Amino acid sequence: MATDAQRKSRHRKERAIGALLAVFSGVSILTTVGIVFVLIRESIGFFAHVSPLAFLTGTKWTPLFVADQHFGILPLLTGSILISFGAALVALPLGLAAALYLSEYAPDRVRRILKPVLEILAGVPTVVYGYFALQFVTPLLRHVFPEMSIYNALSPAIVMGIMIMPLVSSLSEDAMSAVPRALREGAYALGATKFEVATRTVVPAALSGIVASFILAVSRAIGETMIVTIAAGAQARLSLNPLESVQTMTAYIAQTASGEAAHGSVEYQTIFAVGLSLFAITLLMNIVSNIVLRRYREVYE
Amino acid sequence: MSDSIMSPPGEIELEARDLSVLYGDTRALKHVSIQIPDRKVVAFIGPSGCGKSTLLRCFNRMNDLVPGARVEGEAIFQGENLYGDGVDAVDVRRRIGMVFQKPNPFPKSIYANVAFGAKINGFKGNMGDLVEKSLQQAALWDEVKDRLESSALALSGGQQQRLCIARALAVEPEVLLMDEPASALDPLATQKIEDLIYDLKQDYTVVIVTHNMQQAARVSDYTAFLYMGELVEYGVTEQMFTNPAEERTESYITGRFG
Amino acid sequence: MKFALGGSPRPEAEPSPRHPAAQRDPSLFAPGRERRARVGRIFHVVFALSTLVGILVLAVLIFDIVRDGAGALNAGFLSNMPSRLPGRAGVKPALLGSIWVLGLTAAMAFPLGVGTAIWLEEYAPNNRFTRIIEMNIANLAGVPSVVYGILGLAVFVRTFSFGRSIIAAAMTLALLILPIIIIASQEAIKAVPASIRLGAYALGATRWETIQHHVFPQALPGILTAGILALSRAVGEAAPLLLVGALAYVDRTPRRLTDQFTVVPVQIYQWVSQPQPAFHELAAAASIVLLVLLLTMNAVAIILRNRYSRKN
Repeated sequence: MATDAQRKSRHRKERAIGALLAVFSGVSILTTVGIVFVLIRESIGFFAHVSPLAFLTGTKWTPLFVADQHFGILPLLTGSILISFGAALVALPLGLAAALYLSEYAPDRVRRILKPVLEILAGVPTVVYGYFALQFVTPLLRHVFPEMSIYNALSPAIVMGIMIMPLVSSLSEDAMSAVPRALREGAYALGATKFEVATRTVVPAALSGIVASFILAVSRAIGETMIVTIAAGAQARLSLNPLESVQTMTAYIAQTASGEAAHGSVEYQTIFAVGLSLFAITLLMNIVSNIVLRRYREVYE
Repeated sequence: MSDSIMSPPGEIELEARDLSVLYGDTRALKHVSIQIPDRKVVAFIGPSGCGKSTLLRCFNRMNDLVPGARVEGEAIFQGENLYGDGVDAVDVRRRIGMVFQKPNPFPKSIYANVAFGAKINGFKGNMGDLVEKSLQQAALWDEVKDRLESSALALSGGQQQRLCIARALAVEPEVLLMDEPASALDPLATQKIEDLIYDLKQDYTVVIVTHNMQQAARVSDYTAFLYMGELVEYGVTEQMFTNPAEERTESYITGRFG
Repeated sequence: MKFALGGSPRPEAEPSPRHPAAQRDPSLFAPGRERRARVGRIFHVVFALSTLVGILVLAVLIFDIVRDGAGALNAGFLSNMPSRLPGRAGVKPALLGSIWVLGLTAAMAFPLGVGTAIWLEEYAPNNRFTRIIEMNIANLAGVPSVVYGILGLAVFVRTFSFGRSIIAAAMTLALLILPIIIIASQEAIKAVPASIRLGAYALGATRWETIQHHVFPQALPGILTAGILALSRAVGEAAPLLLVGALAYVDRTPRRLTDQFTVVPVQIYQWVSQPQPAFHELAAAASIVLLVLLLTMNAVAIILRNRYSRKN
């Protein structure tokens, strides 16, 4: 039988391990604290030079043009929104349609093959998508729109849309699977076609999950960096023309940080100010998506 | 037909002829032949798994929705084989309605629930009148007439089931199939459903599956006893319960099994 | 044999003559079966095609990359250093850099992530504080990768003074994939049936002993699979590493943790950003290498999962 000493050391070991694991868990909190702290600290320095109002409402963004610096974020914001919106136009309908097909129409064998293949789409590195956008999609589009410049918003928007389509599809499909079979049977028994059951019973019943997936997908698109850095350009322009080059918030951060901005300079601080804006926007969208999912989750019983 | 399977008098609305259903390799229904007369209530009874629900679902082609299900034989509705070539299952389901064991109202308003089937089937008349008439037929109108826009899920179990009945009636079917409609309800709600069935048979042919023999005895004109996928006995209800012809029927009714 | 009926049966009503559709007016229903069936068929095709669009694009993408890059993919490419001359450039430092970073990231992210998951599932009390931690982790999973890069730049490169080094990159990526590993490991641990734990406790095992000998081994396949998938995401990341300093022109293979470095995705980015088309070929060739690497990792994950689920 165990001696007193043995038992005590066993307990000590238990407690030590428990404490160690708790410390590990603290890393996740530290990460968030770190992100917020880092972003805010440098941004405070930034906003000492540039008024927040000028930042949020300014229509010119030329921080690296030392002769004539402007720090209005609207061009970057517009760039991000333009491309994300374009991506959403591609991803949302395609993703929802694919979810409907996989959930309501596809026979089991087909589904078992198609689902993993769609996941592969989501697994391709974004640099490769960026390459594809610049080297294949853009030349292709230029046949249709000869006036389109090499760096433009349309090409990355389309490619990004394809990239996030599996996200919409997978989350929407989860929402649809949660709709109980009895609901579908009730609709069929009233003489509804499969299409009517899918669109007028299942989709409305799964709506909160579908909308949440939409919001999440757009949030992902806004946070995407490499596709736009490679294919959209480096010109911050306040324009809604998808055929011209634009710069997104993420592209600005990536392009500037790989340059030679001096530490402590305003140019360096812009990385953090833009990063803070990006973080705030995506965080807000993720929270909203969560609220939609939880608060408006349909009750079926 | 053997002695214990009667041919009911009057016009025959629904008929199964040598009907079998296979799920994969399992034969859930074995060569069943039965005639359902017009505007009477017929009850299917039997122990769990005997095939009574399967048989019921043949009549509105709901078995089509089960992957791997195969139907052999014929199901005849007003002279036409429901499983014949060119028969549209969607249309069959409008004319032969179904109410399920557990009430399954849509997560919409009471009004939207009742109107759903009619809207899909292109109803051209006054929807408000149709909704009212259907709810009245289902003996629910008085209880909900002031809150048609409220959610159907806020109703009690018994009310939800009557709502499902109203919903089914709104598309003006000719037959109503009911799969254990009261088994999920309390006795008071059950009573209301049974009263309703008695009224409905004025205008509709009703086929009801039930595991509650007293219910079958109270509500139906004819009763069919199924066991292990076969039709064992089919006769006038009172006859079946007081003097069944088959020994298996008697054993089931007296509670020796099932 | 008489059977006592419960309740008296109702008197049989006089059967009414079959009303012609007096209460049913078929003209009020225009079921439009033809049109609805047609609409149904059309949309069936539309939905199916939508699913295939993504797959089609994937096929085109792979075809394009292979077409563009296969020519440049030769032994020299794999063993050379980058060069200003496309003909002599290679992907070796990037490849080695990727492998170094991958190994370091795994070494850091796995213990931290799995440890956190174990703590959350086996130790943490079920209270608001724990839920906040879990919510925080879920939020972290949605933070853009470039923000992690900013964090890495400010903390690891500057504050910790690791400089633009492999270790800074690995730490940044470890933080990036940490939420994914935690959440997936939690799932794997949750899937271990309670009965196993109860059995161990009943024999007098402590909490850690139960975890070490029973819960963890059973959850391990799921954890490994998810972990490899998380790592394959890390391998493909470029944005955070651009911020942490994967340089354009690295002509040495890394030897120490503090060395400068580059990784394959960043190399692809550098090459595709050059104006000369010859570098674009190299970018495509490097993409092939990257995709092959990812394919291998995913295949390993799937094989592991299948082997362990068969064993169980």
